[in-house]
Amino acid sequence: MLSDKIKHEIEHEAAMFERRSGACIDALRIVQRERGWVDDQSVKDVAALLEMTPDEVDSVATFYNLILRRPVGRHVIRICTSVSCWLMGLEPMLAHLEKTLGIGLGQTTADGRFTLIPNQCLGTCDHAPAFMIDDDLHRDLDPEKLDAILANYK
Amino acid sequence: MSEKPLTERIRPDGAPVTLSEYEQAGGYQAARKALGGMAPKEVMQAVKDSGLRGRGGAGFPTGVKWSFVPEGPHPKYLVVNGDEMEPGTFKDRLLLEGDPHLLIEGVILSSYAIGADVAYIFLRGEYLLAERRMKEAIAAAYARGYLGKHIFGSDYNLELYVHMSGGRYICGEETALLNALEGKRGNPRTKPPFPQISGLWGKPSIVNNVETLCNLPGILVKGADWFKGLSRTPNGGTKLFGVSGKVRNPGLWELPLGVSVREVIEECAGGMRDGVSLRGIIPGGASTDFLTEEHMDVALDYETVAQVGSRLGTGTMIVMDDKTCPVGMVRNLIQFFAVESCGWCTPCRDGLPWIEKTLGAIDTGKGQMSDLAMLDEHVKWLGPGMTFCALAPGAMAPLGSALKYYREDFERHIREQRCPWK
Amino acid sequence: MATIYIDNAPYEVKDGQNLLQACLSLGFNVPYFCWHPALQSVGACRQCAVKQYRDEKDTAGKIVMACMTPATDGTRITIDDAESRAFRAQVIEWLMTNHPHDCPVCDEGGECHLQDMTIMSGHTYREYRFTKRTYNNQNLGPFINHEMNRCIQCYRCVRFYRDYANGGDLAPFASHNHVFFGRHEDGVLESEFSGNLVEVCPTGVFTDKSFKQHFTRPWDLQSAPSVCVHCGLGCNVTPSERYGALRRIRNRYNGEVNGYFLCDRGRYGYEFVNGAGRVRQPLARCKDTGELAPVPKDEALALARAPQGAAIGIGSPRASLESNFALRQLVGADRFFMGVPKRGHQLLSSMISLLRGGPARVPSLREVGEADAVFVLGEDLTNTAPLMALQVYQAQYRAVLPEAEKAGIPAWNDAPVRELLQDKRGFLALATPAETKMDVFAATKCHAAPDEIARLGFAVAHALNAAAPAPEGLAADVAALAAGIAEALRAAKRPLIISGPSCGSEAIVLAAANVASALCAAGLDAALSFVVPECNSIGLALMDAGSLDDAMQAAEGGVDTLIILENDLYRRADRASVDRLLGAAKNVVVLDHTLHATAQKAAVVLPAATFAEGDGSLVNNEGRAQRFIQVMPPQEAIQESWRWCGELLGKPWKNLDVLLAQLGAVLPGFAELAKLAPPADARFGGQRLPRQPHRYSGRTAMQAHLSVHEPQIPNDPDSAFTFSMEGFRGAVPAAVVPSYYAPGWNSVQGLNKFQEEVGGPMRGGDPGVRLIAAAQGARAEFRGAPPAAQATRGAERLIVSLPHVFGSEELSALSGPVAERAPQPYLAVNEADAAAMALSQGDVVELSVGNAQAVLPVEVRASLAPGLVGVPAGIAGIPAVQLPGWGTITKRTEG
Ligand SMILES: Cc1cc2nc3c(=O)[nH]c(=O)nc-3n(C[C@H](O)[C@H](O)[C@H](O)COP(=O)(O)O)c2cc1C
Ligand code: SF4
Ligand code: FES
Repeated sequence: MLSDKIKHEIEHEAAMFERRSGACIDALRIVQRERGWVDDQSVKDVAALLEMTPDEVDSVATFYNLILRRPVGRHVIRICTSVSCWLMGLEPMLAHLEKTLGIGLGQTTADGRFTLIPNQCLGTCDHAPAFMIDDDLHRDLDPEKLDAILANYK
Repeated sequence: MSEKPLTERIRPDGAPVTLSEYEQAGGYQAARKALGGMAPKEVMQAVKDSGLRGRGGAGFPTGVKWSFVPEGPHPKYLVVNGDEMEPGTFKDRLLLEGDPHLLIEGVILSSYAIGADVAYIFLRGEYLLAERRMKEAIAAAYARGYLGKHIFGSDYNLELYVHMSGGRYICGEETALLNALEGKRGNPRTKPPFPQISGLWGKPSIVNNVETLCNLPGILVKGADWFKGLSRTPNGGTKLFGVSGKVRNPGLWELPLGVSVREVIEECAGGMRDGVSLRGIIPGGASTDFLTEEHMDVALDYETVAQVGSRLGTGTMIVMDDKTCPVGMVRNLIQFFAVESCGWCTPCRDGLPWIEKTLGAIDTGKGQMSDLAMLDEHVKWLGPGMTFCALAPGAMAPLGSALKYYREDFERHIREQRCPWK
Repeated sequence: MATIYIDNAPYEVKDGQNLLQACLSLGFNVPYFCWHPALQSVGACRQCAVKQYRDEKDTAGKIVMACMTPATDGTRITIDDAESRAFRAQVIEWLMTNHPHDCPVCDEGGECHLQDMTIMSGHTYREYRFTKRTYNNQNLGPFINHEMNRCIQCYRCVRFYRDYANGGDLAPFASHNHVFFGRHEDGVLESEFSGNLVEVCPTGVFTDKSFKQHFTRPWDLQSAPSVCVHCGLGCNVTPSERYGALRRIRNRYNGEVNGYFLCDRGRYGYEFVNGAGRVRQPLARCKDTGELAPVPKDEALALARAPQGAAIGIGSPRASLESNFALRQLVGADRFFMGVPKRGHQLLSSMISLLRGGPARVPSLREVGEADAVFVLGEDLTNTAPLMALQVYQAQYRAVLPEAEKAGIPAWNDAPVRELLQDKRGFLALATPAETKMDVFAATKCHAAPDEIARLGFAVAHALNAAAPAPEGLAADVAALAAGIAEALRAAKRPLIISGPSCGSEAIVLAAANVASALCAAGLDAALSFVVPECNSIGLALMDAGSLDDAMQAAEGGVDTLIILENDLYRRADRASVDRLLGAAKNVVVLDHTLHATAQKAAVVLPAATFAEGDGSLVNNEGRAQRFIQVMPPQEAIQESWRWCGELLGKPWKNLDVLLAQLGAVLPGFAELAKLAPPADARFGGQRLPRQPHRYSGRTAMQAHLSVHEPQIPNDPDSAFTFSMEGFRGAVPAAVVPSYYAPGWNSVQGLNKFQEEVGGPMRGGDPGVRLIAAAQGARAEFRGAPPAAQATRGAERLIVSLPHVFGSEELSALSGPVAERAPQPYLAVNEADAAAMALSQGDVVELSVGNAQAVLPVEVRASLAPGLVGVPAGIAGIPAVQLPGWGTITKRTEG
């Protein structure tokens, strides 16, 4: 069940559009913000709220990169894998990150602390390499800085 | 120093320009002027006269695009394209985060010109700071009566909303963006009909880039001649130019259109870092063709860059140095496009993964000489007109030009069955 | 007309087409996937590339997608230049990179559009050397098998399912080369049109699950043109057989009737033919055991024969005209009865006279799809006439198409048209006892008791024309509703009124006709269409015989022999009445293919052919007579009922043509029946028509375990077809096209080669002859009188029957896949009524209606009109009494 708070936020978004279904992506983002990911039941709940079928909602949900349909850890690391970051040393940094966390791209640490996801260009190419952890953007990374940054996310 | 109408107010400390700061610097004068006495047609004419061309990548004249919007039916929509997902591109972020009211004023002007009732700012999903700042700025503008009903005391009403993308490069393509904004899968739409005729929810709509719209307040206040004078070439205005890659000082600068590649890379970006030299430049985001050292003096405007076989695109360059493997770089780019294909049309959906795998084979020493012919063919078959939208042709730009300029590197990988850079 | 140039030669094409349509209609082979003649163009697959030139001087040209390029005057193209050929081959190669290449084990193999297009496009050698991506499949219910690895992402499935058929539970998921087509989770596809995915999908992703249960390679199937027997619309079908079993049903295109599509009842209802309940030998009651047991044919005939004038015959609306006529000949016209109870009988004759009386047009199913405003009274179309519902959806879409054309978007440019129109739809008003699936697409809907529906109808007619009788004491809200409907209908050009007998109310039917008449009087090109319950309801009614009640009356006091033709009377009337009727006869003879409750009471049962084993004609709801042709030779003693009647008569008809000649002579209204298909002695190029495709295999081996000699080809005295692969393969009349093979076109898409133009009529005209013509131009007459407002009767409730596409129809309900989808018995009550009666969901109640009782679980339904109680129509466990009828409901207490 969607909480009243979530429903309220979705209604707020729905009011912006000619059609309630316009708020589909917003609704999925709202659910994800609270739960970390979008579970099957939420897909159905969002569908009911926006007068869509679950198939329509899931069709949209699975199209987009930022909507996660699988459980994730407490913190989601979105590492930019695009060209400028690649040029500026993505590969050694990613290798270091994978070693430190003991997981590969798309995986979650055993303690449920981090999920590591590749992300397209974060639009901060003059400060490459970069990643986001949850809502925070971290830039000009190098392997040495990583440990200190990760330590801030329990 | 040349004028910097887009960025002059942006604070060095990274905080956003507030409404009062913006107004103190002459902000919202253009909106007052337009809504206080100009007819929408006059606003449109002023923009046409300025010669402003879209800054989203395709460079279509903005005023001309607006003029296709039919007069009659309502609602009409203005949509701001702030998707900015093209690798190597980071220009709209600066404007969104740094001077949100400049964009709001641009939105008011363009909406007024085309008769829009509602405007949406479509932001890429990761731009959370921009989201916060835009929403705060919009709330401030509403509070002042600059948005909503009877704005600036006129008869004109305009609602402005921010929408955050679910994240997909194709959503930058204007018709896919419209689908995404409607809460649907972001597949592009058939053109014609163009959005001006049948856009958001089938209603007349205009999609403009963030930077495009940020040019409007200056044009309306200072006029077309001023705007044309900003540029060193017949293209009017300034442009945000950026450089990423192994230069000393990567960054973003507002410069007159027509500056040379060399000026941007050597003067603004401080030239290449020690120990590396320049081998190639992708001038305007991932979907433009490579240029090389020989193009250092090319003037950065729409026509000149096109004449040398590339595109101005978004104006944000990616510099490739001589310690970087061109095959690896193109592989990375194609990986991006293959994953970001929307899956609608065959050449892009199934062709790009094949190219990606082939480049992967070459890069890891498993290539075959026949792969080069296969890649050449694909550059042709995924070109303009073959695919449903411009994503796949965009992907072929760096690949096709790399096969031209760096063919020897591809061949060496295959001959030596390894990557010489590793 | 426009002139286009293909390789510099001029061709005339119809205006408003795209190049792909135009080229295919002209007979050129252009490969395609995402385009479909009913779904139009979206330009996704890029397979239909051709080269277009600006003018005569342009030699470079540019590749365009034929399906996305208008065929305007002066368009110049070439299909065969090296570059476009190379691109098309490349497109196939891309599509095949991930395809599993599992053709040998694929149900689509041999009739696969992807195979055809691969060959046509010339992709031969596979150069892709990397791994393929794979998917998981879903369980989509009893009708559709899912094998996603074969998908080529043409998006046709979702476009058919969602855009065309208004389904909600099939969608594309994910993106780039991971796009997946299915449901959000495993489960039954809800649309009653899901089976069309089998034919819409150009490869083997969605295949027929019932066929899979007894799969045989498609080219080993023996087929003949046929007509669906599971409702009154008369959709054309192609049933196919191998080794004596019916293996599947496919759509048979009839431009005037079902076009490209069937409903799932029609596609999956066929298993009754193979059913365990079949009668294959004559049966007679054994003196010792009292059981029915096989007897030799002669003995059975002797037992069944009655003295001249001593028999009463009861016909059937699900038997062919020929069989009904033969029975009529056997017993005498005045002793032949329709086998339909009084109310239904009266409704049928009333509907026929209203259709004939005009002035409204009687539309074909195609024309239903061209109405620009629709008013439905009393019919839940997706459950009683599914294809009509599908056509109403198309009507709603087409009604607003001119808006897109005004905006410069051609009708074939499907995605932009839908984008512009959003969910604008043509006007649809529905008045039914309970919510229907179509409600969400209707501008106006009302759930009411039958009499109230009739009153609404009369009120609409009156609002349109003051001369039409008005109901008295109409509530203000109903009056406003009527005014609104009247206004919307009047604003249309081609309004259509649909009604039928489902509510058992003649007043509804009369009201519908009055609305249509009033619209005609207002100068509109109005149409009136009635749904009928069975495949030959109209044909039988045209024979003008008495009702089942009349038969019961005639039999009262005793009758020597009662001959019942293909009719389970226990489904038609309450048990006591039927028992009485059967008890009144000394000898009860049943001719049928299935041993149903009535047959079990007979003294003699003669094994009748189903549509698959016999020839005959059926008349659909619009009065269109159509021929079905034997698909497989009948086994054992099975033969058409008309043959049995001929033998009982002692004067068997030599073949169908002889019988038809007599039928035409006796009942001149049926004289045209002989024209439905070429006569049995017709020869084409001196040959018969083959039922089997060129590649039919195993002919000499099929019977080898019994005899090494190749068996004689069974004789077919009734049609020009032969049970063979040899015969004439050129152009033949549409009524005798057994499959759509054309060189290079092995899939259903080969149909293009049999139509006058793609999506148009079959070459030489669509099959069927109309037996009912409306007196168009007749003066508008208003008939009937509005009923009084729905009364209440104390504790009694009005029981109505609620139709179910799966389960309500007798024969399809015997088919496993359909039975799986049928509802369990229930008793539906409105929320308020449930509260008043202190009932809640799942309570068990005793229903007493007429002189029948049933024990049923309660289903509380918000959408059921207040005061009504609904029970599922035709489901085992529901008494076969005439509904609506008054009944009482008592809650069962524990213990
Ligand atoms: C694949 C693809 C991605 C695009 N991404 C963007 C983008 O992120 N931002 C943008 O402004 N334009 C983008 N465009 C261009 C838009 O389609 C459109 O031309 C532009 O928003 C028009 O605005 P302008 O006229 O102001 O430049 C993209 C185009 C394509 C084909
Ligand atoms: S080229 Fe085709 S598959 Fe690629 S993004 Fe455009 S429409 Fe989608
Ligand atoms: S049939 Fe033309 S693009 Fe698919």
